[in-house]
Amino acid sequence: MDKSNLSRRGVLKSGALTSAGLAVPTIFTAQSAAAFTNEPTGGSVTLGFNVPQTGPYADEGADELRAYQLAVEHINGSGDGGMMNTFSSKALQGNGILGKEVKYVTGDTQTKSDAARASAKSMIEKDGAVMITGGSSSGVAIAVQGLCQEAGVIFMAGLTHSNDTTGKDKKANGFRHFFNAYMSGAALAPVLKSLYGDDRRAYHLTADYTWGWTQEESIKAATEALGWETVNTVKTPLAATDFSSYIAPVLNSGADVLVLNHYGGNMVNSLTNAVQFGLREKQVNGKNFEIVVPLYSRLMAKGAGENVKGIHGSTNWHWSLQDEGSQAFVRSFGTKYGFPPSQAAHTVYCQTLLYADAVERAGSFNPCAVAGALEGFEFDGLGNGKTLYRADDHQCFKDVLVVRGKENPTSEFDLLEVVEVTPAAQVTYGVDHPMFAGGALGSCNPGA
Amino acid sequence: MDALLLQILNGLDKGSAYALIALGLTLIFGTLGVVNFAHGALFMIGAFVAVTVQRVLSLSYETVDPSQKDFLGNPLKVKTPYVESWFGPETGGMIIDWSVPIAIVFAIPIMVSVGFIMERGLIKYFYKRPHADQILVTFGLAIVLQEVVKYFYGANPIQTPAPDALNGVANVGAAFGMDIVYPVWRIVYFFFSVTIIAAIFSFLRFTTFGMVVRAGMADRETVGLLGINIDRRFTIMFGVAAAVAGLAGVMYTPINPPNYHMGMDFLVLSFVVVVVGGMGSLPGAVLAGFLLGILESFASTTWATTTLPGINQIIIYLVAIVVLLTRPRGLMGLKGVMED
Repeated sequence: MDKSNLSRRGVLKSGALTSAGLAVPTIFTAQSAAAFTNEPTGGSVTLGFNVPQTGPYADEGADELRAYQLAVEHINGSGDGGMMNTFSSKALQGNGILGKEVKYVTGDTQTKSDAARASAKSMIEKDGAVMITGGSSSGVAIAVQGLCQEAGVIFMAGLTHSNDTTGKDKKANGFRHFFNAYMSGAALAPVLKSLYGDDRRAYHLTADYTWGWTQEESIKAATEALGWETVNTVKTPLAATDFSSYIAPVLNSGADVLVLNHYGGNMVNSLTNAVQFGLREKQVNGKNFEIVVPLYSRLMAKGAGENVKGIHGSTNWHWSLQDEGSQAFVRSFGTKYGFPPSQAAHTVYCQTLLYADAVERAGSFNPCAVAGALEGFEFDGLGNGKTLYRADDHQCFKDVLVVRGKENPTSEFDLLEVVEVTPAAQVTYGVDHPMFAGGALGSCNPGA
Repeated sequence: MDALLLQILNGLDKGSAYALIALGLTLIFGTLGVVNFAHGALFMIGAFVAVTVQRVLSLSYETVDPSQKDFLGNPLKVKTPYVESWFGPETGGMIIDWSVPIAIVFAIPIMVSVGFIMERGLIKYFYKRPHADQILVTFGLAIVLQEVVKYFYGANPIQTPAPDALNGVANVGAAFGMDIVYPVWRIVYFFFSVTIIAAIFSFLRFTTFGMVVRAGMADRETVGLLGINIDRRFTIMFGVAAAVAGLAGVMYTPINPPNYHMGMDFLVLSFVVVVVGGMGSLPGAVLAGFLLGILESFASTTWATTTLPGINQIIIYLVAIVVLLTRPRGLMGLKGVMED
């Protein structure tokens, strides 16, 4: 009978060594998993698209979702590639992001801050989303941006125009491609001066929330710098539907310009009411009465119908632009869905490509590495000309379009015409501009 | 003075919609004792009847025009409405132009039917349930109805303009040497509302049917003991109330482009109007509708908003609090209504 070589000390030694050996990869994996929130470990990566699927901006949300789906398709290598073909950065290869297939989950913001935060939280905690993007309201964008900062994921803002998003409420994990209220004012002012002169009296009706306030402040500052006088600024409830009682006082106010700081249903109704009261045919101070809608959207223009004809405003992008990038996107989107994309669709498509590209260039999904790749990034070919993602506030600086409601549209989509492409330099402001003061970017949070 | 009269006009026109919706709400509450939170949805459905009629009248066939391009660079498909090809561009165009007034003809039977279905299919099962149950079920119904409308028509407002002939402004002060311009369609809306209100009051006052309904509102049991099927008459009144709300919605579409949420926007205000006017009082609902419309209009003047910023947003609720504190039954409320 053979004598066994096993001893108590030997078993303990071997057990300890084996345990240590088995633990090493676990420790590495554990360290690796804890490096940042929702680090993708398998063959796919999940993005969270948080858009209004119900509520007043559901149509914008639906268009955003279409654009997100198209972007995912292109990043994963399907379809015609869209703006990936015209994008100045060539990091994306059509094989997902860092070789991982892109998957997505969607949430419904309902255009309510609390609902938007809840759906974003669920996508981060339950679905493992490594990036959250979307929104069609500044209130929602600011709320979700704050949540993403705390959770340690990147937030790529959708349609948000308030100065505060990259002003006093800016966050290191948040990035905005869309333009802002200051830029609208800076782009519109010279056009308004050349059209209506520098001796005008303006009356503002303003939606009573963060976006309305900053837009009113921006347009007021820009027009007063022209020499215009501001007769009155009246806040209107976001829930208002009939603006006639706000329009009627304008008739006897001595104002000769009405500025409607309204968006969505508010804009459609206030503009319709203003036209009903004959403001466009009115003569005041020996001049034609004029209406200005600083933030335009084609979807809103459709709602306002004939009333938008000849009325000026600004927009982030329009499908009729003739540059290569815009044409590629319109062709891709139009072929898939049968109609041209909205500015909301364009900005979220760009944001998805920009995020994917930043991850590729950084070589990591770590939010801090991605933020580093986006900060100061200069690019072209995405429909807005040369663009800079400024490092100091995570705001994109690019050309801004001044548009006018088309007098003789040739189709149901042909509602706006581009009057001027305002160069980025004209809408660029200092980091310390007072309209953007009061907040700090802070440092990037990788979470976990 | 011009500004003052303009705000009164504006208040009357705002009050017209409040009064019409509140009248329907009070009719239902007075006859069936149901607090109908789906009444705003009936207003919205009426508006979408107008949208549907406009769309049906605008149904078109497509022809390809190679001389024009669409957004993808393909030959443009030009749409021509069938009515224009059947009746000629002028008559066809006029039919489409008058789609909102034409919609009234369709809205009456549609809304009465919707009212019947709503009452017979759901609300009758809640007559003997507490008011809280009625509010919950009708509010739920309102949400379902608006989501159904949103599914088919989208979330954005849809332009449904008034006929060109009624689309401009009229100088209503010209006869008095004043310059008070006011949108023609809003004046039409005011007179339409007054006509509907007068018709409802006359119907209740001067017809046998109306007399029985009024008697039933005062003492349902006794009327029933006389062998009169009062429930059937009350169901018909539900249909009438639905038609009133629907007509208010049809005529409102040129004032503000309809969207799926418009019923909810009016519902809360209309309930305040009913409470201020006095639960169960038809004249109270009408009076409060116009009064609150005028007050809201004055609270939005430049003077009011600069003196008391935000007053425009709270005035109606402030007045409701004051009225309820000083006259708990509302302006013309009846003793015993909702006081059990």
